Amino acid sequence: MSDVAERVKKIVIEHLGVDADKVTDDANFIEDLGADSLDTVELVMAFEEEFGVEIPDDAAESIVTVGDAIRFLDKATAS
Amino acid sequence: MLELSGRTALVTGASGDIGRAIARALHRGGASVALSGTRKEALGALAAELRDNVHVLPCDLADPGAVEELAPAAEAVMGSLDILINNAGLTRDNLALRMKDEEWDLVIAVNLTASFRLARAALKGMVKRRFGRIIGITSIVGVVGNAGQSNYAAAKAGMIGMCKSLAAEVAARNVTVNCVAPGVIDSVMTAALDERQRSALLARVPMGRLGTPEDVAAAVVYLASPEAAYVTGQCLHVNGGMAMI
Repeated sequence: MSDVAERVKKIVIEHLGVDADKVTDDANFIEDLGADSLDTVELVMAFEEEFGVEIPDDAAESIVTVGDAIRFLDKATAS
Repeated sequence: MLELSGRTALVTGASGDIGRAIARALHRGGASVALSGTRKEALGALAAELRDNVHVLPCDLADPGAVEELAPAAEAVMGSLDILINNAGLTRDNLALRMKDEEWDLVIAVNLTASFRLARAALKGMVKRRFGRIIGITSIVGVVGNAGQSNYAAAKAGMIGMCKSLAAEVAARNVTVNCVAPGVIDSVMTAALDERQRSALLARVPMGRLGTPEDVAAAVVYLASPEAAYVTGQCLHVNGGMAMI
């Protein structure tokens, strides 16, 4: 697992209080991990803080699975 | 006695009559309080009176940069921020036909926009810690209007709508957001009235007296207390029956 993926999953596990094996790339924050809309905002803010990047609202809306977050942050931190 | 020990509170406008009474009441309940305002001497005097568990954080709410820094500063100095009292406010009264844009803008900026910015900053930690109380001091004028105060009434009505929306957003995180709406309170403002104006005002208050800053503070302490955990999105009117809403 890449460093970014590991850090993303750690934040998701801690914030949502879910089992690590549920936090797969395909896992949908709301449907699979039980997040509500405020959780998704909090996750985005936690990602921003952890990776020192800004995630615009339109990008945040497109992040619906764990994999989406990893891919976005991979790209954002590579540049 | 409503118990607030271990809690941390930030009170804006703490150098005014109502803000001072709120800060005293929260402190008496056991909370640590951060006093904010523009009059440093008055804040210092209140801090000296309260002695311990008190911090002075002067801030001009008309300065957006300073507003952004206030909640984080309160968190830094007290270790957390559990209770935010958006009390600061000012008036620039004028009949609408004569009201200048500057009078409108300043009242909206200080009374409404600064309250939103402070709430936004405070909510970050409250949501994370799963506890918070935000209390906006609005006014009866925000509900019933008042000639000469279109700017002030708009800001105070705006605060009520804002608090209800915030309340809906963060209720699931154990954060409540409410308003207290004072009627006519005995303060520097009403001391300027002459006897005729005073009795005309009192004729409209079934209780037959002006409210005191302590009457307002008691409502704030209740909403900040653990006992009010299930009360959110409400506006508690403290007006001696002047308007029953």
